[in-house]
Amino acid sequence: MDVEFRIRRFDGEKSYWQTFNIPVKRGMTVLEGLYYIKENLDGSLTFRASCRMAICGSCAVKINGKPRLACETQILEIGNSLEVEPLDNFKVIKDLVTDFEGFFKKHEAVKPYLIRKDDNYEEPVELIQSPKELHAYYDFTLCVKCGACYSVCPAAATRDDYLGPAAITAAYRFNADSRDEGEKIRLALVCGDNGVWRCHFAAECSEVCPKQIDPAKAVQKIRFKSAIETIKSIFR
Amino acid sequence: MKVQHDIVIVGAGLAGMRAVIAAAEKSKKLSIALISKTYPIRCHSVCAEGGTAAVMREGDSFDLHAWDTVKGSDFLADQDAVEFFVREMPKEILRLDNWGCPWSRTEDGLIAQRAFGGHSFNRTIFAADRTGFHEVHTLYERMLMYPNVIRYDEYFLTSLVIEDGKIKGLTAIELKTGDLILFEAKAVILATGGAGRLYGFTTYSHTVTGDGMAVAYRAGVPLKDMEFFQFHPTGLVPSGILMTEACRGEGGYLRNKDGERFMERYAPEKMELAPRDVVARAMWKEILEGRGIESEHGYYIALDLTHLGEEKINERLPLIRDAAIKFVGIDPVEEPIPVRPVAHYTMGGVHTNANCESPVKGLYAAGEAGCVSIHGANRLGSNSTAECLVFGRAAGEKAAEYVLNADYSHVSNEVYKAEESRIFDEILGKSGDENPYQLKKELNETMDKNLWIFRIEDELKEAVKKIKELKERFNNVEIVDKTKGFNTDLVYTFEVGYMLDLAEVVAIGALNRTESRGAHYRLDYPKRDDENWLKHTLAYYTPDGPRFEYIPVTITKWEPVERKY
Ligand SMILES: Cc1cc2nc3c(=O)[nH]c(=O)nc-3n(C[C@H](O)[C@H](O)[C@H](O)COP(=O)(O)OP(=O)(O)OC[C@H]3O[C@@H](n4cnc5c(N)ncnc54)[C@H](O)[C@@H]3O)c2cc1C
Ligand code: SF4
Ligand code: FES
Repeated sequence: MDVEFRIRRFDGEKSYWQTFNIPVKRGMTVLEGLYYIKENLDGSLTFRASCRMAICGSCAVKINGKPRLACETQILEIGNSLEVEPLDNFKVIKDLVTDFEGFFKKHEAVKPYLIRKDDNYEEPVELIQSPKELHAYYDFTLCVKCGACYSVCPAAATRDDYLGPAAITAAYRFNADSRDEGEKIRLALVCGDNGVWRCHFAAECSEVCPKQIDPAKAVQKIRFKSAIETIKSIFR
Repeated sequence: MKVQHDIVIVGAGLAGMRAVIAAAEKSKKLSIALISKTYPIRCHSVCAEGGTAAVMREGDSFDLHAWDTVKGSDFLADQDAVEFFVREMPKEILRLDNWGCPWSRTEDGLIAQRAFGGHSFNRTIFAADRTGFHEVHTLYERMLMYPNVIRYDEYFLTSLVIEDGKIKGLTAIELKTGDLILFEAKAVILATGGAGRLYGFTTYSHTVTGDGMAVAYRAGVPLKDMEFFQFHPTGLVPSGILMTEACRGEGGYLRNKDGERFMERYAPEKMELAPRDVVARAMWKEILEGRGIESEHGYYIALDLTHLGEEKINERLPLIRDAAIKFVGIDPVEEPIPVRPVAHYTMGGVHTNANCESPVKGLYAAGEAGCVSIHGANRLGSNSTAECLVFGRAAGEKAAEYVLNADYSHVSNEVYKAEESRIFDEILGKSGDENPYQLKKELNETMDKNLWIFRIEDELKEAVKKIKELKERFNNVEIVDKTKGFNTDLVYTFEVGYMLDLAEVVAIGALNRTESRGAHYRLDYPKRDDENWLKHTLAYYTPDGPRFEYIPVTITKWEPVERKY
């Protein structure tokens, strides 16, 4: 069966749509479709991909208006005509490739690593964590940094310094880890002018997250925690 | 453009990032650069599913882990390196724990372990079936703590600069702008991963194209044991996505079309958990003898998890369930998964000693790009992520010690100009009537057919001839995309060129080795031959194809014996 791929391209100067017709078999993914085009029809088509198993986060693009991982999206589930575009809220570099530098910088900015006073590189010791404690944060570790959430975030659309759902999720992931001692430091980082209070609670992020992470919940939990800390500090 | 760093690490997978942290811990004064063609968390290592081996608990021992590894390697591993490896591993697991890795836990909150093929103790530590993903993210996050680490994300290595047997730096293309950057360095660590995409049916990420190995080889550094390629028993049909060995570690069965657990006939003791070479050969034999299950994508074997129950599958193998449902529409809770042996691991790599030092002063290699060798002719599951941690650290430390007493040596402008002209005039500017995608396709077909699980002289000769033809045709490649910025067409062409060099080494190495050992199985020489072949292969680049030398295997405690499971 032939499927029409309409792709929004960008060559560094101008943006235009181009249509390719490709033969599709059952089971073929959108990423395989893009490779088919690159290998057989137009070698200049530019996109990112690596793992092709939905774990590296490289291949998020907008497919018929919704951000998804191209490698885990079955073409025939979408239909016989597809529109593929780069993610919104990211600057386009070329075709489907967008600039992720700022996105990763925001992630870095929330100190997304375990903070412990007894950190000992030479002589590490086993920390005890019950399965229950593990489950308390585990789902939030699954973020592949694909940017899908950020691309639909209305707060990010209006303020490009907004940390965004993924970075805030990372902060929450560590705050909720029983081994961590850095919650206060991170709260200060994500509750500033560019942080959680910017969120409009559109919750679109949670809707599009391919890992079903619910970043909106992370934002909410942090807000709650931050409100409590503020109240505490007033009475201190 | 030119930049200067004490240490430049190429490759931001497990090995490269572990090396960065080790070097940064050694001295805060060092300037450490990390180059990678993908963003660090997009490296191939995130695909590792099953786990990482280490001796953690009563009942297990370093000697036992070492013995399992040596036996698994079919006695081609260097035993001094293996002994070092097993001793260093437990601390690596604890470090990752201390850095936030969400290891799966026992009821009392200890780090849990599970069974894996070829290991005679349940010593595989895991984080559900997303072990590599969590390890990568943990190392990446930890790496952010060191201010003396400078990242060059999405930079593509094109050459090493070596003069008088000493590393001086390297060149890489900044993908976003397309500019060529010269990195001057006192030490370079190659951690660019394996070469799995030589094959068409493979578990590997698209980006695993052996770049570092090929660049080193071209620069005169020998490659070791490249003929040994691992075939994993269970690649999902048709995409090749890995169905982790943990499926069998957790109790899954392999069945042929008669529903028989055929491993009974091949490895009665270890059954499905015999080492990968043994299981993959058994499966392939079942298929060749007509006991595979027919499908539109060829014959396959059934990986049966249905008896494990939904709860266990959800807890221990969530990614597998998700992938099977998403990619082939099969829920493993209800139905067996269609699988077939699949190209999975490059045992060979850049020749180094147990300190990750290559023959070139200041040049190190670690992880799958290197060959220390702890895997010999066949690596055990869980030993590779482990290798990345231990030897990534070793390489980082050794390089740091080395550069603290070394000086920069300047790379002349001519070297830079020559590389620039090679890339932009000769490769990008060239016209011709071949395209890299077609060459890659033909290479993959040849590898999948002639350098697969069972090898034989005629087919190997045919492969060597075909690869030479492809190399010839490669000179005539024309790149469609002539622009500079983010030129993935150019990158792809580079990768195909790298792979053709490596394929030639694999094929001729396999043709030369007239014995069967570990993953290298010759139908015409079905026995291991310790008298003539208990030795490592070294391949050196020459313009007419590789020149081979052989060096002895280091044996400390364990003399080769027959390998039975
Ligand atoms: C599907 C799958 C599952 C696996 N599961 C397990 C498991 O459960 N347990 C286990 O022990 N092992 C497992 N392995 C093996 C293990 O994952 C790999 O051997 C290991 O992750 C390799 O890590 P690495 O750091 O050497 O390289 P990689 O993770 O491949 O990283 C290579 C890095 O080099 C960079 N790079 C490459 N070329 C260039 C270039 N030209 N310029 C700049 N940068 C470059 C890449 O961008 C990347 O950052 C698995 C392998 C596969 C395929
Ligand atoms: S939270 Fe979800 S959508 Fe956002 S970056 Fe992470 S995985 Fe992608
Ligand atoms: S290619 Fe890795 S997530 Fe799609």
